[in-house]
Amino acid sequence: MRFDSLLDTVGGTPLVGLPALSPGIQPNGAEVRLWAKLEDQNPTGSIKDRAALWMIEHAEKDGSLRPGCTILEPTSGNTGISLAMAAKLRGYRLVCVMPENTSEERRVLLRMWGAEIISSPAAGGSNEAVRVAKQVAAEHPDWVMLYQYGNPANALAHYEGTAPEILADLPEVTHFVAGLGTTGTLMGAGRYFREHAPQVRIVAAEPRYGELVYGLRNLDEGFVPELYDETLIDSRFSVGPRDAVRRVRELIESEGIFAGISTGAILHAALGQAAKSVKAGERADIAFVVADGGWKYLSTGAYEGTIDEAEERLEGQLWA
Amino acid sequence: MAIEVRIPTILRTYTGGEKAVDASGATLAALIEDLEANHPGIKERLIEDKDGQDDLRRFVNVYVNDEDVRFTGGLGTALSDGDQIVVLPAVAGGS
Repeated sequence: MRFDSLLDTVGGTPLVGLPALSPGIQPNGAEVRLWAKLEDQNPTGSIKDRAALWMIEHAEKDGSLRPGCTILEPTSGNTGISLAMAAKLRGYRLVCVMPENTSEERRVLLRMWGAEIISSPAAGGSNEAVRVAKQVAAEHPDWVMLYQYGNPANALAHYEGTAPEILADLPEVTHFVAGLGTTGTLMGAGRYFREHAPQVRIVAAEPRYGELVYGLRNLDEGFVPELYDETLIDSRFSVGPRDAVRRVRELIESEGIFAGISTGAILHAALGQAAKSVKAGERADIAFVVADGGWKYLSTGAYEGTIDEAEERLEGQLWA
Repeated sequence: MAIEVRIPTILRTYTGGEKAVDASGATLAALIEDLEANHPGIKERLIEDKDGQDDLRRFVNVYVNDEDVRFTGGLGTALSDGDQIVVLPAVAGGS
């Protein structure tokens, strides 16, 4: 395969069967299979390359992003890394607002690609990063905040890319499972499946962090991404670090796929759906997102020692 | 019937600092009434009036056995003994 530049390689990721983890053919003949969409095979190693590229191209088209502009973005890591790569290739400066409690690898990668980092307080997690970024944006009206939580191009990347790719590779797909952060993946893919394959059920896996991350001063400071439309999903599961770590280890042990911790949460929801389908005696082809590889999380300690130890190390960290 | 309800830091002023309390009810709505009876004031923080009907507040998420109740029947979600309930404020996720 030949491409003109790295940015042209975004998307078109493999959809891979999981022969060991799939429940397989049931006594009544119904088959339940799991399929992993390997988004870690994007250029910077995560699904966020899609959103970053789409947001930049749409901002260029509508004229808000011009040569030499500075881009500002609140991010816990992957979106920043993707934006940093795309910004470097397109000639923009990037400033990321990032919570303190994110893995060191993510900071090093951002700096490598030339991004500048403003740290936001650990307590409050991404909520604080969004708040600080909005404040910085007000101080620098000439900077362009792409704002992944509310930018329709984030969802459009999955409406035009991720979902049609899955439907082309697996026309019999019955369920789509992805992580819920900005909600962009689920909103874009959800809308595509509602329109083109309405039988597909949309399942959200939401990482449940330690208490520090939910440390709001009052409930009115809560946050629901502007992109979120709950009619586009059918069920939503909250997955804690213990289940996420257990599943991410199962994925490498059984299928050889080395994924990031949030993928463990997504797999947990996918396996929960598989168990429901088995119980109901229904055929199911469950496609789930491998959002990134495990490389950036080695320092979190999630991949070694007992599950108890890993869970303890992740306490207070933004692990997805 | 006892159901464990995990309370977020921000609402522990109502539970005397307890991280988890027991409550009972055949539905989530009934369970919240039971919570209110033992921890007065908590209901108003969880529920608001929407077009004349009780509804969960926008920034409150409630999970029964890890599943978001907004997709399982909302306040009408049926509960059974041994269920585990988690209440969390809605916050921005990783991204």
